[in-house]
Amino acid sequence: MSHGNGQAHTQTHAHVDKVLEKGGPFTDEYFQAGKDVKKFLREQCKVLIIGAGGLGCEIVANLALTGFSDLHIIDMDTIDVSNLNRQFLFRSSDVGKSKAVAAADFVMKRIPNVKVTAHHNKIQDFGDDFYMQFNLVVCGLDSVEARRWINATLYNMVDDDNPESLKPLIDGGTEGFKGQSRVILPTISSCYECSLDMLTPPTTFPICTIANTPRLPEHCIEWASVLEWPKVFPSKKLDNDDPDHIEWLLNKSLTRATEFNIEGVNWSLVQGVVKNIIPSVASTNAIIAASCCNEAFKIATTTAAYLNNYMMFIGNEGVFTYTFEHQKRESCVVCGGETMDLEVKDEMIVEDLLEILKQKAEFQVRKPSLSNDQGNIYLQYPPQLEEYTRQNLSKSLSDYKGQTILVTDANLPFKLSLRLV
Amino acid sequence: MIKIWSMKKEAENGQKKKPKTSAAQLRVQKDITELELPSTMSTNFPNPSDLLNFELIIQPDEGMYKGGSFKFTFNISNNYPHEAPKVKLTQKIYHPNLDHQGNVCLNILREDWKPVLNLNALVVGLQYLFLEPNAEDPLNKDAANDLLRDRNQFKSWVAASMSGKPVKGEPYDYVLAR
Ligand SMILES: [Zn+2]
Repeated sequence: MSHGNGQAHTQTHAHVDKVLEKGGPFTDEYFQAGKDVKKFLREQCKVLIIGAGGLGCEIVANLALTGFSDLHIIDMDTIDVSNLNRQFLFRSSDVGKSKAVAAADFVMKRIPNVKVTAHHNKIQDFGDDFYMQFNLVVCGLDSVEARRWINATLYNMVDDDNPESLKPLIDGGTEGFKGQSRVILPTISSCYECSLDMLTPPTTFPICTIANTPRLPEHCIEWASVLEWPKVFPSKKLDNDDPDHIEWLLNKSLTRATEFNIEGVNWSLVQGVVKNIIPSVASTNAIIAASCCNEAFKIATTTAAYLNNYMMFIGNEGVFTYTFEHQKRESCVVCGGETMDLEVKDEMIVEDLLEILKQKAEFQVRKPSLSNDQGNIYLQYPPQLEEYTRQNLSKSLSDYKGQTILVTDANLPFKLSLRLV
Repeated sequence: MIKIWSMKKEAENGQKKKPKTSAAQLRVQKDITELELPSTMSTNFPNPSDLLNFELIIQPDEGMYKGGSFKFTFNISNNYPHEAPKVKLTQKIYHPNLDHQGNVCLNILREDWKPVLNLNALVVGLQYLFLEPNAEDPLNKDAANDLLRDRNQFKSWVAASMSGKPVKGEPYDYVLAR
């Protein structure tokens, strides 16, 4: 793959230059060949890579070799010995180090003129100001929760008065021999949350099976973690990252497995079950990362049409890909529902707002509940919460001017975003 | 990036910076304010500004568990509705589908949970456990066997256990409604 000297790097540029110096039959109408686009790619475009695991290692190396030179990579994890088989930027001497730092150092050492800034952090450690500095975000995560967070954050950052506030999110994901890559243009295309119903929820087993009729090694492990742990340590929370805790679960599960003649309980399975780890395959990661980086390149340079908007890859039997346009969901928690400005007079109070909403025929709203980012403003139900929030009904709407209030009601697809002006 | 930026210029849809309510939080707001609780059920929020942690009290008005008051805790993670809420009974009771630690055997709480389900579905499912205890998927195997063997005997044991009397030497919590 990568080359260790400057000459090879120039050669890499030469290949990329071929598509940047003139158009072709599939070139996008907005494409402008020449030095500006090269300059944007190689000097100006700033890309954030989220995740420095199996996908992230591939993504950061690919982007650097494509010619992006200002990369940031963020990951909260440290390197475990079990990562070394597929997270190819790490060596055994890196075990225990920050994934982001090790990946950044490796890429900078091997590829000249690339700056990779590492952040050994959670994505939630940063706010809008941090994310606003990037042109593109490429995600190689295995966590649904983290993806939902970044998706909502980028969506909420979009400001119509500033086109550059729209940060395309390229999301890659793999599960064994399957994977997908998708291009999310916040507020324009469907978002990650739109497809939440399509995901398989984390594998769980019926609790009665775990308790009484275990048949699989996983049943024994869940018995130990879900039922036995809280019974033996009622006030101690199970810590998936504590080797002593895993050891305890392993011993318990082994005893249970012996009792029911079940084979296959071992340390890595225990870890896999409690952390809900899905087996990761290096070749799938490479394919999905390549697709994500290809999209990043096309979006940054406008050389060719980018993915619209979802590509799934299935490599279990043969190789199959399917590309389709995933549609926005009207009932999406993040991007669904209308956004509108509502003009309010200074003397109006929150109670008046409820009346205005109920009178708007287009919404058919009957029992609206209101909240903003500070918390709940008024909740219609249950009685305890209604009573608790009732005090806010007499608050002046001028206190909320310039803010967005989220309205939910059984008659709305999901929500309505109201900006009080 | 030129194309994306020009697309944004064309697609004016009144977007301004939005509040940072998490998707899970907002979904819970919707679920809770749209709950349809019958008179036999009520909720209690120990901290009314925290919608992610609350109690559900069920007081069945029919069936073998009539007269009891059962308190469940709901713990909802920031990954809701991808992950189901964690639900536990706070009392030790004699019931085939609940164990002595308060774990509940209800399929939609675990293996059959889907993001399209909501809190209302869970609440209805929990209520049903008291109307129709199910001996087929036992969590308390002993209680399940008792129910299969002799329904009337089981019924009187349920009544005894609810008033805090031991059943077959096993002590239970007093759960009768006051
Ligand atoms: Zn959406």
